[in-house]
Amino acid sequence: MLKEYSTITKISGPLILVEEVEGVKYEEIVEVKLPTGEIRRGRVLEVDRDKALVQIFEGTTGIDVTKSKVKFLGKGIELGLSMDMLGRVFDGLGRPIDKGPKIIPERRADINGAPLNPYARDYPNEFIQTGISAIDGLNTLVRGQKLPIFSGSGLPHNRVAAQIARQATVLGKEETFAVVFGAMGITFEEADFFISDFRRTGAIERAVLFINLADDPAVERLATPRMAFTAAEYLAFEKDTHVLVILTDMTNYCEALRQVSAARKEIPGRRGDPGYLYTDLATVYERAGRVMGKKGSITLIPILTMPEDDKTHPIPDLTGYITEGQVILTRPLHRKKVSPPIDVLPSLSRLKDKGIGPEKTREDHADVFNQLFAAYARGKEAQELAVILGEAALSDTDKLYLKFSAVFEERYVSQGEEENRTIEQTLDLGWELLSVFPRAELKRIREEYLDKYLTRFKKEETAAEPEKEAEMVAPT
Amino acid sequence: MNGEARERTGTIVKVAGPLVVAEGMSGARMFDVVKVSDKRLIGEIIELSGDLASIQVYEETGGIGTGEPVYQTGQPLSVELGPGLIESIYDGIQRPLDVIREMVGESITRGIEVPALNREKKWAFEPKAAAGDSVVEGDLLGEVQETTLVIHKILVPPGINGTIERIESGEFTVEETVCVIKNDDGTTHDLSMMQRWPVRKSRPYKEKLAPHIALTTGQRVLDTFFPVGKGGTACVPGPFGSGKTVVQHQLAKWADAEIIVYIGCGERGNEMTDVLLEFPELKDPRSGDPLMRRTVLIANTSNMPVAAREASVYTGITIAEYFRDMGYSVAVMADSTSRWAEAMREISGRLEEMPGEEGYPAYLGAKVAEFYERAGRVTCLGSDSREGAMSVIGAVSPPGGDLSDPVVQATLRVVKVFWSLEDKLAYKRHFPAISWLTSYSLYLENIETYLREEVAEDMPDLRSEAMRLLEEEAELEEIVRLVGIDALSPADRLTLEASRSIREDFLHQNAFHEVDTYTSMEKQYKMLHVILHFYHRAKDALEKGVPITTIETLPIRERIARAKYMAEDAADQIVALEDEIDKAIKDVLAEAA
Repeated sequence: MLKEYSTITKISGPLILVEEVEGVKYEEIVEVKLPTGEIRRGRVLEVDRDKALVQIFEGTTGIDVTKSKVKFLGKGIELGLSMDMLGRVFDGLGRPIDKGPKIIPERRADINGAPLNPYARDYPNEFIQTGISAIDGLNTLVRGQKLPIFSGSGLPHNRVAAQIARQATVLGKEETFAVVFGAMGITFEEADFFISDFRRTGAIERAVLFINLADDPAVERLATPRMAFTAAEYLAFEKDTHVLVILTDMTNYCEALRQVSAARKEIPGRRGDPGYLYTDLATVYERAGRVMGKKGSITLIPILTMPEDDKTHPIPDLTGYITEGQVILTRPLHRKKVSPPIDVLPSLSRLKDKGIGPEKTREDHADVFNQLFAAYARGKEAQELAVILGEAALSDTDKLYLKFSAVFEERYVSQGEEENRTIEQTLDLGWELLSVFPRAELKRIREEYLDKYLTRFKKEETAAEPEKEAEMVAPT
Repeated sequence: MNGEARERTGTIVKVAGPLVVAEGMSGARMFDVVKVSDKRLIGEIIELSGDLASIQVYEETGGIGTGEPVYQTGQPLSVELGPGLIESIYDGIQRPLDVIREMVGESITRGIEVPALNREKKWAFEPKAAAGDSVVEGDLLGEVQETTLVIHKILVPPGINGTIERIESGEFTVEETVCVIKNDDGTTHDLSMMQRWPVRKSRPYKEKLAPHIALTTGQRVLDTFFPVGKGGTACVPGPFGSGKTVVQHQLAKWADAEIIVYIGCGERGNEMTDVLLEFPELKDPRSGDPLMRRTVLIANTSNMPVAAREASVYTGITIAEYFRDMGYSVAVMADSTSRWAEAMREISGRLEEMPGEEGYPAYLGAKVAEFYERAGRVTCLGSDSREGAMSVIGAVSPPGGDLSDPVVQATLRVVKVFWSLEDKLAYKRHFPAISWLTSYSLYLENIETYLREEVAEDMPDLRSEAMRLLEEEAELEEIVRLVGIDALSPADRLTLEASRSIREDFLHQNAFHEVDTYTSMEKQYKMLHVILHFYHRAKDALEKGVPITTIETLPIRERIARAKYMAEDAADQIVALEDEIDKAIKDVLAEAA
């Protein structure tokens, strides 16, 4: 029989202090019984002699110091795991909220997981085709990668994430695929968008959803991504599934963390965020990846809204230091109705080099993307110059680059939510756009590829327009 | 009575994250290792107050509570040094990750104890001294061919001077006695091939010397423009996405050092996997053997316990010093020292110390300086006065790329080379994104003689000229931004063209291109020579009335741009380009006339 304490001495924000306790363990799970009979869950943050500091997930409203009772359960927070989780919707602490039956777990696992031995990791190198040119061609996603979407309030990050979830495939393979969705502090409408999009496309059958809405207790959010990863690890490494984890919105998660830190009166690091924000985020993000000898994989797309679109804010900044690249959405492109509004210059996929090339995408991929980047960057520079001096002041070459960058945004980056391009289509489109330049300008592409591919598109330039279109749809 | 029962124990009174406080710890010393709870988690004492000891625990502390025991070991945190280090991958406290994986699977379970060096493996010990020889600390006793690239030298450990009574030859494990030395004070020492050394104490040497040879890395912007000396220190700060890790990996791959120690401190797990999978495949450009055979890896990834991150840089540098003592040139890469500093900050915060800037402890600067100061070119202990060198290159990850970050500032105060990575360059896909305007190297003077003698008499002059062009370019760009390119004189436009050629055809280097990834000093010299040769010839032509537009569109320029993709053994073709340049210029001159 577990001992019940009625020795709460202090309640402050999401924290309670329990005194005269014995044998309490760090990170142990706690149940608080309110005078109304309601049960709340919490976690031990610190034990100091006979005092235990407990963080309450569902908030401290209604807890009092005299009548509330505290029980220490002697174990960490766990999630019951079963294949029946697929197709189900849970709250941020892993309790079903879709009126479905109870899950009978195969086994229970601590949601904190154990750190993966770097020696046991397998390197992500399988190309995932998302059907979005700006990602496939320029910021290639690979299986087991963690690639966040840095966005701002009011930008269509959720739509981009849903499009990726809908279209992602690995070329030439039929494998079991699942989506684990963790929502932290998002609005009902945003959650509803994902749920109905998953329902509409039938993806819900292969999805597990953990939803903590904006009006759910903030501290509960600290458990939500860990719930999602525990489910994902089970599906990936025990049930051979390729799992795509989408976490939205990490900014809300970090704010909950800050709230707890402030309640503990900790010395803050930069801009008020706790000094251990990096470590905490790493323990979440680093659970993505591949493990040697296991068939499944976990690919992670966390979404975060950058406060004031500022990339140097600690949340996107520390995220960028942990994840393998970032996809950045920007307002100017969104205003120009470029969809998805991906700003390709500051976006990056660190693992792309291992996921592209012969037998993965195509031999010319690396050179084409280097050239596209360089040309677009130069076009953008010319644009800045043109703003100050007028277009007339540009050299002929710069004018060419300027024109290129506009066409590039319009045709390459922008494609709409419903278009699903194959990698061949993406690469050929790149060649087609580059073909406006004289050959000497294409310094980043190897001679042999220029000979092989450029000639094809140079010729087509003189050909009639409809033929060119036909060639685009059916690449050789 | 067994060893366990004799251990002195204390009792846990507080657990807060990686910090545990125990009472009843009288007799404990600062920085002693302790075992926490019956799970025997490894920790280190970082503060003592009466019989209370604050302990930083190198493993997760979840499930640990008050009342549990703490066992003292009476030993400081130490590493095991001996044959078997090379090709190993260790965590921050020198536990072999490959062995852990074999024992417990893909996750790291707590309280696991594994010896750092394999106790079963036998190494062929070849004596290099004989019984009766009188030896001093640091003298060579024997050798072990550890890998095809590394001869592991077994030396007389520091503090021992005397006469060899007995020395063996043959196959031994690291624990077996290979030599007995009778010390001058009368004590006898049974020496095995393995020794222990506390990580927080630097290993002794005779004398420190100034670096005078360049540590070539095959990276053009580094070797030609901002070289680091053998035994020098460098730092690479930059925002995320600017290519710190690629620079560190390139250095680990191609740096002209005999031993590489790579410390992955609080960084991505996949990056360590990359190193693990790639290094055994990559060939050393000098010997043709896999690069892994000269490499020691320390991997404490960001999801592994935070306190062990703090220890990992010390573990790495101590191993590096051990190889330096053998007379080798060792290069240490630490990626990233910011994570190490953050670990210090976290522990300091839990100790409730008064913070300095941005929550970092006030002793941050002292710790950083102490770490980099362990680098250097030294005369090693031993009667043969051999020289060893340890170069340290630290990556720094400043928040938001802001160089006013306390870790960057503390680092810049001590290191001699600053490679400034800029995200602006990275966006343009100019890699390595090292800014030629803000970076610096203080070794240019030290190694000038070496460059003139070993590379080419005029190498330093070429560098100065190229640097001058780049600086002029920066000024001219300002003008272009205000009034347009047409306002520039033809001579200025040629400067812009020449500096653009330096940037694109020389500084830009593709780490993933099979040829471009490494450029020898000889080829670097030739490439730069060709680029500047074109500039000089074009300048002549311009003065003789050839229009700038003609020069800008000469087809030979494309050939110069492709010089970087010419194989090392085809470097003569680069020199041949100069004749073609002369011919092309002659042609346009003839046309103009």
